[in-house]
Amino acid sequence: MKPPQFDYAAPATLPEALALLAHPDGDARPLAGGQSLMPVLAFRLASPRLLVDLRRIEGMDRIDIDAQGVRMGAKVRWCDIERDARLRTALPPLAEAIGHVAHYQIRNRGTVGGSLAHADPAAELPGIAVACDATIEVASVRGTRNIAAADFFQGALATALEPDELVTAISFPAWPAGRASAFEELARRHGDFAMAGTAVWFDLDAAGRAHNTHIGVIGASDRPRRLTAAEAKLDGQVVDARSIGEAACAAAGACDPADDLHASAAYRRNLVGVLVERALARALAGTRGGLAAAGSTVNRSGESH
Amino acid sequence: MEVSFKVNGNAVKAQVEPRTTLSLCLRDHLKLTGTHVGCEHGVCGACTVIVDGEAVRSCLTLAVQVEGRSITTVEGLAHGDELSPLQAAFRRHNALQCGFCTPGMLTTAHALLTEEPDASADRIREVLSGNLCRCTGYVSIVEAVLDARAAYGGPAGDTAHGHAAAATGGAGR
Amino acid sequence: MNAPDTDILPESAAGDTPYIGRPVQRVEDLRLLRGLGRYADDVALPGMLHAAMLRSSVAHARLRGIDATAARAMPGVHAVITAAEIAGAPGRSVPTVPLRLQPLPCLEPYRQPVIVQDRIRHVGEVLAIVVADTLALAEDALEAIELDLETLPAVADWRSSSEDRTLLFDGTTTNCGVTFTAKRGDAAAAFAAAAHVQRERFMVQRQAPVTMEARGVVADWDAANGRLVVYGAAKVPFFNRHASAQMLGMPDSAVDFIEGDTGGSFGARGEFYVEDFLVPFAARHVGRAVKWISDRREDLMTMAQSRECEAEVEMAFAADGTILGVRGTAWCDLGAYPRTNGMIQPRNIPHFLSNTYRIEAVQIDSHVQFTNKGPAGTYRAPGRAETVMFCERLIELGAKAMGLDPVEVRRRNLVTAADMPWHFASVSPSAPESSGLSEADSGDYRASFERCLAEFDWQGKLALQGKVIDGRHHGIGIACFIEGGAAGPRENAKIELARDGSVTLYVGSTSVGQGLETSLGQIAADALGIPMSALTLLHGSTTYLHEGFGSYHSRSTVMGGSAIIDAAGKFKQALREAAATYLECLPEQVVLAGTEARSPRGRSLSFAELAKHETIQVDGTFSNHHHTWAYGAAAAHVAVDARTGHVSLVDYLVVEDVGRAINPLLLRGQLIGGTVQGLGGAFLEEMVYDTEGQMLTGTLADYLLPTAPDFPRLRAVITEDYPSPINPIGAKGAGEGGTIVAPAVIVNAIANALGEYGLNPTSLPLSPSRLWQMVEDARRARATA
Repeated sequence: MKPPQFDYAAPATLPEALALLAHPDGDARPLAGGQSLMPVLAFRLASPRLLVDLRRIEGMDRIDIDAQGVRMGAKVRWCDIERDARLRTALPPLAEAIGHVAHYQIRNRGTVGGSLAHADPAAELPGIAVACDATIEVASVRGTRNIAAADFFQGALATALEPDELVTAISFPAWPAGRASAFEELARRHGDFAMAGTAVWFDLDAAGRAHNTHIGVIGASDRPRRLTAAEAKLDGQVVDARSIGEAACAAAGACDPADDLHASAAYRRNLVGVLVERALARALAGTRGGLAAAGSTVNRSGESH
Repeated sequence: MEVSFKVNGNAVKAQVEPRTTLSLCLRDHLKLTGTHVGCEHGVCGACTVIVDGEAVRSCLTLAVQVEGRSITTVEGLAHGDELSPLQAAFRRHNALQCGFCTPGMLTTAHALLTEEPDASADRIREVLSGNLCRCTGYVSIVEAVLDARAAYGGPAGDTAHGHAAAATGGAGR
Repeated sequence: MNAPDTDILPESAAGDTPYIGRPVQRVEDLRLLRGLGRYADDVALPGMLHAAMLRSSVAHARLRGIDATAARAMPGVHAVITAAEIAGAPGRSVPTVPLRLQPLPCLEPYRQPVIVQDRIRHVGEVLAIVVADTLALAEDALEAIELDLETLPAVADWRSSSEDRTLLFDGTTTNCGVTFTAKRGDAAAAFAAAAHVQRERFMVQRQAPVTMEARGVVADWDAANGRLVVYGAAKVPFFNRHASAQMLGMPDSAVDFIEGDTGGSFGARGEFYVEDFLVPFAARHVGRAVKWISDRREDLMTMAQSRECEAEVEMAFAADGTILGVRGTAWCDLGAYPRTNGMIQPRNIPHFLSNTYRIEAVQIDSHVQFTNKGPAGTYRAPGRAETVMFCERLIELGAKAMGLDPVEVRRRNLVTAADMPWHFASVSPSAPESSGLSEADSGDYRASFERCLAEFDWQGKLALQGKVIDGRHHGIGIACFIEGGAAGPRENAKIELARDGSVTLYVGSTSVGQGLETSLGQIAADALGIPMSALTLLHGSTTYLHEGFGSYHSRSTVMGGSAIIDAAGKFKQALREAAATYLECLPEQVVLAGTEARSPRGRSLSFAELAKHETIQVDGTFSNHHHTWAYGAAAAHVAVDARTGHVSLVDYLVVEDVGRAINPLLLRGQLIGGTVQGLGGAFLEEMVYDTEGQMLTGTLADYLLPTAPDFPRLRAVITEDYPSPINPIGAKGAGEGGTIVAPAVIVNAIANALGEYGLNPTSLPLSPSRLWQMVEDARRARATA
């Protein structure tokens, strides 16, 4: 299981890297952490002519947080996110989801840009990106453009990236204090891709009604997506066990999972419903400081297995 | 291509193809065969080495990517013939059988305890979830890592966690 | 008591205390912990080339042609070897893989060719070998080999295999290689007299052993002397040396198999695989050393898989819960070939369906069906894990159907010391060297069951049975097991006093990672009365002894250890005789104290001094045609989230009586490690093939092994109540018990947890998806009822 032959370049600047990626011979691939690309090469599922290593390019590994929101360079690694305590308030769903991303060693090399470009339908960051209205910044020799996360992911391992384009950053809108949110997923084992997962958030008004409800799911479709039918069941409603149950039921009905080795489509559909219900209940509890508000039928999941 | 980096404190150079992984470079070019290759697709963790203090999978890293970096392999953990406290804890707790996953377990645990000497049993299990062992069932590995924490400045005592407890019965004798 | 380290001796301190029974720290660890082990891939020889195998990507096809012209012309390529080169001449057949255990004549037509000559029978079968300067270059060349294939319909499961519409082997009339029958007493009469008959259909999935070190072979050809040295040997080097030499047309004496460190076997590594011939052949062909290391995908495709079977079995009960008989039929999907030991699982299933119970009537057929999947072989607890689950589930269901307490029903039927020697059902056909009869050596199966109940606090936890707490359904389950060990016929050992006074011990047993150098070192040091540090133990390689049998069937401690005891007795006698001359006394007057010989008049002579004058070498052997039978019970507490199918293992306890524990530290490792393998089979692991015979689980992200967070709460209790009467140590082979019993315990615990749905899990693995589906089905069934 040795990778096929390829050439290697480690340019010092982004323009140089973009020029290499735009080479007319084609089939150059960017390399950052390599945690998704290397297995693909080891199984010889791809044979690029050139790998363009981004390791020498400066300024792409910062997490900037300001009034506009959170902006992460493409070379930000999972461990950087894990260690950045600011994200717990600046982008709670990501801070919560990060513990589910792969394994310790992978987190020391795996990057934001790599995960987005790989676009696994069960990966956490793409799910958070879609659920939290992120914008993905891409660049090529032809210039830069911003793509809404919802438009960026186009199918399993398929994105809106042109062959010569590179993900350079992802930015999330500002996160107001007091917003309710939660992330839930269930995988076969810790660190595996989720059988299904969900990131939910909403803003509560004084009457306890949800506004701006977002319910994003992973592992439940060929790409990460929001379940607008489920969001509609909660939006404008008082958040309680009943409305949460209706939203969860709608979520299960709105997703379109497939069978695979690890779970049937019917199971995944059920799981989406259960996880959305639990996530919404926990999001609500997080704002009120207790589970009671959501009623006794709702249970916490997430025991380690 | 030529690549230069440090391994276990020594500066090394190797002539490699771009496609040469760090694991292959260490094993074949530098004859450091303590780093084991168990899957070559980033799942088993046997090939874990420490790059500038961070545990990484050497099968998912190209040798050319570690230019100028400083690497610690399992061969760099012991003090000469003397086992390190972590290695000695592994031996005391029978935290290895066939020994194939062991270098990756040791490097991962060493990186963890260096950063987090007070890691809990659950944290240790979570971190080691990226290292497969087929022999031990992990119980003794977690006990050994807990036991070794004191040597990194963490809490003393070993397995005083109901969690990882296991008994070798004696009453039947 | 959770810390074994209070009692650990430094390896050099013997004193008057015996080593046996002590948690002595392992000798092996000093090298393995420092990265100084020497596994197959660590062998580097001058001028060594690298081999890569072209493997079939289809399950069933005729190979009409193979063109390696382009590959042979690629840079760095030294040779491309196909069946034509191996057969040597047109019309000649390539060699086939021998049958090692249960070599029944009826299986001859099904033996595996070492390379595809005309017909591909499974994904992963070898079509060609490329030998090149580097492995990467060899793999580059694989892509340039052209194949002309005629695809044939795949036989992808035992059912279509049994229909015999597509015959997999020319010259046969059926895909059923053999049917094993286990028989004892009069099953028809037992069932006619039954107050209740419990019948179920069970399915166990295909699993893979997945040793962390994949297989590897390095062969070195010495053209000048016509000799081959083969590294990477494990488990049964002597058998494999003989097989390889025969196929190569060389005398055994010209071939050596060298055992290095071994990254796990679990019954699978070290059997004779085609590469054990192909790589030495390639080395001789190119006249250079050649290394082949299996990659993980090859490993998943080709290392013996196991366990896949379906069974329809029934159990007859008297009104008081006495089990009167078991009978039924099993169908085992053996994949493409019987290989060396594929018969063990299908044979064990009928043999041990009665498990630990006093069941007088047994009648079970077990059919061996060949299909277009990876060949099966032994994997830790072969057939036993499957059949114990069938037995324990039937008891649980039968007892409940009759309104009896399953614990009481077990008590009533468990074999006790008064029943010894208990005879198991006989199995036929049997290969000439095995009688098909077997009897338990000693023990009280009810006693360890009671111990398990007590240690687990069964009575206390019973209050949780079926309760829902925080949304999780709690349940407890229990099951019993026996494990056979110490397979014969023989093992050999040799002890030498070298010129420097050191004692070197050679044994035919092999190390597959179980700590053999330590456990056998303990036995040897006690037998010789010397410190372990004064002893070097060498094992396995064909260079050490004239004959060796190796490590399988949990045999190395008992067989190797007993051979060592025999050799040690002879060695001490030889020492006394040699020392007597110098001490000027009679040999029987010489007292051996540590590494010193003393005369009655107070004169003494150290081994080192004695060695200056004498070389001493003795051989020991131990023969045995009876097996040891360790036994025990395990209990589990699970908490099931019925809405997601997720199961938390809250508590798990296994009790095993091993007769005599050589090293409780190592034994606990075997029990806990074995348990986690069994739990992997119960919850996670499954080799999946599609209807075309295509393997879908070709990575470790698809074939799911247990990881550190999965099963944190495991306890093991070792007892030594009934030493084995059939070997001088009293020990019983004990490497598989944890694996055997785990699935049975888990299905019972989960069924009890979800009792309110009437859930009856009878197939594995219990993935969240499957478990949830069972709950859904049960809910729906109840709604319609």
